[in-house]
Amino acid sequence: MSLYWYGGHSGFIFLVLVLVGVYYALSGQGYRFDFGWFLTETSPYMWANLGVGLTISLSVVGAAWGIFTTGSSIIGGGVKAPRIRTKNLISIIFCEAVAIYGIIMAIVMLQIIEPFEADSATTQVRRANYMAGYSLFGAGLTVGMCNLFCGFCVGIVGSGAALADAQNPNLFVKVLIVEIFASVIGLFGVIVGIIQTSKITMGNKAK
Amino acid sequence: MSMQELYFNIDNGYLEGLVRGFKGGILKRADYANLVQCETLEDLKLHLASTDYGNFLANEPSPLTVNVIDDKLKEKMVIEFQHMRNHAVEPLCTFMDFITYSYMIDNIVLLITGTLHQRPISELITKCHPLGSFEQMEAIHVAATPAELYNAILIDTPLAPFFVDCISEQDLDELNIEIIRNTLYKAYLEAFYDFCSQLGGTTSEFMCKALEFEADRRAFIITINSFGTELTKDDRSKLYPRCGKLHPDGLAALARADDYDQVRAVAEYYAEYKPLFEGAGNNPGDKTLEDKFFEHEVELNVNAFMQQFHFGVFYAYIKLKEQECRNIVWIAECVAQRHRTKIDNYIPIL
Repeated sequence: MSLYWYGGHSGFIFLVLVLVGVYYALSGQGYRFDFGWFLTETSPYMWANLGVGLTISLSVVGAAWGIFTTGSSIIGGGVKAPRIRTKNLISIIFCEAVAIYGIIMAIVMLQIIEPFEADSATTQVRRANYMAGYSLFGAGLTVGMCNLFCGFCVGIVGSGAALADAQNPNLFVKVLIVEIFASVIGLFGVIVGIIQTSKITMGNKAK
Repeated sequence: MSMQELYFNIDNGYLEGLVRGFKGGILKRADYANLVQCETLEDLKLHLASTDYGNFLANEPSPLTVNVIDDKLKEKMVIEFQHMRNHAVEPLCTFMDFITYSYMIDNIVLLITGTLHQRPISELITKCHPLGSFEQMEAIHVAATPAELYNAILIDTPLAPFFVDCISEQDLDELNIEIIRNTLYKAYLEAFYDFCSQLGGTTSEFMCKALEFEADRRAFIITINSFGTELTKDDRSKLYPRCGKLHPDGLAALARADDYDQVRAVAEYYAEYKPLFEGAGNNPGDKTLEDKFFEHEVELNVNAFMQQFHFGVFYAYIKLKEQECRNIVWIAECVAQRHRTKIDNYIPIL
């Protein structure tokens, strides 16, 4: 897919949106673009569950990407240097850790989700539930994207580690240090996600 | 959006690991030091058995000859290449096919020459390089007239596009076979260069450098070899591949050159080629120009393995293995003829 293909299509879509916006503005219907209405009318459950979904799915994509990147290099390098096969499984374990972060965060997050009575809720309850919904969405995005890029990174470094190890066994530990730094960024995402979801509650007794 | 590191391993990860494993088996300086001390070819066979080559000469009847060693060395490289080619998908398989086209050109020229001199097909087929074999090699021999030959080649071989653009039916009849070879090679190099540029990323970075050197080296060699022959300057300049650093000014200057010193003066303008011409000479102690070119090529190709996630490693591996074959055959010849003065003139790779 060339750059022209992407540029052409996105330019077209942008043009359509601009024309629609200009039409609304000029025909006095600008008030219809009400972001506040959108935020108050959508259910906090949508945001919360989207957050949970993003956590687990993006983490798994990152882990899977890392595993295939490293795994194919281990297999290729292991043909002529069979000794690398067992040691380099550490790289695969680092990638798998990324998926584990994702599922732990997802479980922590979905324990928070509780139903509440929208009609009889006080303002305080409503506010707490809405905040919980947005926080869970934000935490999901944080953890998911951090783990996605962590998985990419650990995979590429792990592939380099396997091929370097096949040529010279002394290099493995050195490249592993780089890989440890790479996997720490997934941990950062989890820490921030935990803090984001630490003070929220949902349900009829929410504060 | 070409973040090659993310997508490369989907199709090519295993093969890259494999080719790097093969590259680890290339003979090192210590191995060459052992080989140079051999007294007979049997010694050589023994020393080679402890390298990656293993017992490849085990089933050969003694006495060993250098030709047999050469054939078996090539056979090992071809088996490795074919294994990787069989596992490759697009675009790696097109890339690997491009690598084989240069051997195909040599084979076709060999077959055409043999056919014109009425040699039996079996003799010719054994002389062909196995990497460049294609299905219709026999068909070329059956052709009786140049017109049939042209059609056979045009329809059946993967080299058809290189023929179409530059050689017509009359040319096959009239032109000197060497001119045909060089014209085909020029078309092939330029097509390969375009293919690699279009691949983009690290592949094109490495391959374009390697192919530019190849193109410039051919321009120099064609010029130097044409002194004293009846090749006109116009014809000569039509044979220069245009994908190198010398294009367009250097090639124009080379087209006008009349002797070796003028060629050397053209090389002075280019920082990479100046040192190659400086050390070279025909005196007993010097390296020849060809040797300097080989050395430079080895240097370029070893750098391919410094980066991951690109196709250049496959090209570099084949070139380095070829150089290794040349080295071992040179040492074997020196050993067989007991003429050890120049035995150290091989080109160390790693």
